[in-house]
Amino acid sequence: MKPKVAFFDFTGCEGCQLDALNLDAQDLIDLLNGIDIVNFREVMTERSDNYEIAFVEGSITTEGEIERVKRIREQAKIVVALGACACIGGVNCLKNHVPMEEALRIVYGKDAKYYNTIPARPADAVIKVDYYVRGCPPSTSELVKVIKALLLNKKPDIPNYPVCVECKKAGNICVYEKGQTCLGPVTRAGCNAICITSGRYCWGCRGLVDEPNIQSQKDILNKYGLTAEQVIEKFKIYDTCSEVLK
Amino acid sequence: MTQVNINVHHLTRVEGHGNIVLNVNDGKIEELKWIVSESPRFFEVMMRDRYYEDVNHIASRICGICSISHSTVSLQATEKAFGVKPSEQTVLLRKLLFNAEVMESHILHIMFLAAPDFLGVGSVFPLINTHKDIIVMSLRLKRLSYNLAEALAGRKTHPLSCIVGGFAKLPQYSELEDLRKRLEDALIDLATIVDLFKTLKIPDFQRETEYIALKDENEYAFISGQIASSDTGLTPVENYLKVTNEFCVPQSTAKYTKNARDSYMVGALARFNINHEQLLPKAKSAAAELGLVAPNINPFMITVAQLIEVIHVVQQSIQIIDRLFVIGIKEEPHQVNPKRGRGIASVEAPRGILFHDYTYGEGGILKEANCVIPTNQNHNNIQKDFEALVPAILQQPEEEIQHTMEMLVRAYDPCISCSAHMLKVSFK
Repeated sequence: MKPKVAFFDFTGCEGCQLDALNLDAQDLIDLLNGIDIVNFREVMTERSDNYEIAFVEGSITTEGEIERVKRIREQAKIVVALGACACIGGVNCLKNHVPMEEALRIVYGKDAKYYNTIPARPADAVIKVDYYVRGCPPSTSELVKVIKALLLNKKPDIPNYPVCVECKKAGNICVYEKGQTCLGPVTRAGCNAICITSGRYCWGCRGLVDEPNIQSQKDILNKYGLTAEQVIEKFKIYDTCSEVLK
Repeated sequence: MTQVNINVHHLTRVEGHGNIVLNVNDGKIEELKWIVSESPRFFEVMMRDRYYEDVNHIASRICGICSISHSTVSLQATEKAFGVKPSEQTVLLRKLLFNAEVMESHILHIMFLAAPDFLGVGSVFPLINTHKDIIVMSLRLKRLSYNLAEALAGRKTHPLSCIVGGFAKLPQYSELEDLRKRLEDALIDLATIVDLFKTLKIPDFQRETEYIALKDENEYAFISGQIASSDTGLTPVENYLKVTNEFCVPQSTAKYTKNARDSYMVGALARFNINHEQLLPKAKSAAAELGLVAPNINPFMITVAQLIEVIHVVQQSIQIIDRLFVIGIKEEPHQVNPKRGRGIASVEAPRGILFHDYTYGEGGILKEANCVIPTNQNHNNIQKDFEALVPAILQQPEEEIQHTMEMLVRAYDPCISCSAHMLKVSFK
């Protein structure tokens, strides 16, 4: 029996699910030989609530979503958080920096009273999550790697060292040398430092490594004459560093 | 049918969450609604107080399908606020990047979301066995668009290298040469998809409405031009609020828009109706083959108009690469001096006209943002289409009515989670 797999979306851009379809034809055929996709609203009409593996995408931002993700947890043997919003809260958490009433007023003005929202949170703030496919968006190859590991009943091999390691391997010039700031020293690798290789810097979308070397990040900031506050403000985007860099 | 109760919760094969409700009692329509039930996103709040360098990074996360559109319009709004004028090279690279998204998004909709309806299945997955060649071809086209975006911006979903004033990394000639060959091959694949579409039966439903799209006198507009309406003519982008006129509907979960009539349409068919004369030759001849003639007032033809646009952007991308080879790709200084002020920009996202309106304060910090999203502008038109369509098909069995209504919404290719304004209301 092929394991039954379902994809569910919460608050987010749905880019993670769509990137899951960015496969070569043969890879997609191979994947579908290994799993039976029974629920994937974005691309299929059929919906079954009989599944063993659930991928959840997006952050939890309403009371209704809390109930829905709990029901998914009750059904699934394995729950995988897919993407930054589900894994660490993601960009949706930016609204948590202002009171919810003010957020509603800014967007909806005098009609704010009709609407409701709660502070955004990752899936594991509500339910137990078994595996994480990190990144905004995750790389398709990492998603396939995790699915393969699940099928083999093995723990997926996700790096627990900082982005700097992969960035060095990629031969990039350190962005601090270019006068910019970067969260690479404390962010979990696995992305091949794609943002720095593409001419930008790390925003921390994959979350922190398990034991981030805070002192090293502080030393770097000191060396380049930067303060923690400057960096915290800049990197609130994925809400990963506000606690750690204090 | 004298009794109909259709309640489609979270319509499938669309981006985001929407519901369809139809209640008919004793032959009389009592309730007929297209309802949006997306959770609110609050992007206008999320972008506030951010430094300009990070604004397009956040804006792109409004939507996973059209992140390049949001990123591009965001960069343009910031540039307008700061008085930055992008170079010819930057504009060409942006167009090429934008074309990659139009191509990917349209193929995703045409072949993966809409085609299953025409071929009588629930998803693309069974088509892998029954229509393997055409699915392999579609995946190849999608892969090409991903690779094109990767060469220009590091990746397609949430692009990286495009920044205010230019590009943080430039593509290699060798990459562009390879992509150019594959774009030529794509035209052959697309001809096969055109042949498939000649055999499909598109529902015949006519309802004239107002059509709105960007118009540029030099080309079929995607990232430049003024607002053009089939009813009210040209309006500068800066005056977008006079065209969109967003309003809240008490029983609805989304902000609606209207201009000259009760509703208007944006997207591929609106663009085709307004700009069809500027399509490149291969797109024009494909439109003729498929019987798409402007003005076309059948919303089910949006999918066909998308296919025509894919052919156009592929042909245009080849021309852009050729032009880049002529002018040469070189490192350009992009000096950006943030200024206080407002910048309003507009692009044609795959699903229609999109506006970002930014006000910057001191030190390059964004103080206010407003985003008007294509799908929000179509919701009202979908509702009006329902009101015209459903009475005409009420004699059909309930499941056929439901299927036609679902197909109509899907034809608009709604991108619901884009909708920065949208909200959550409970319905009984």
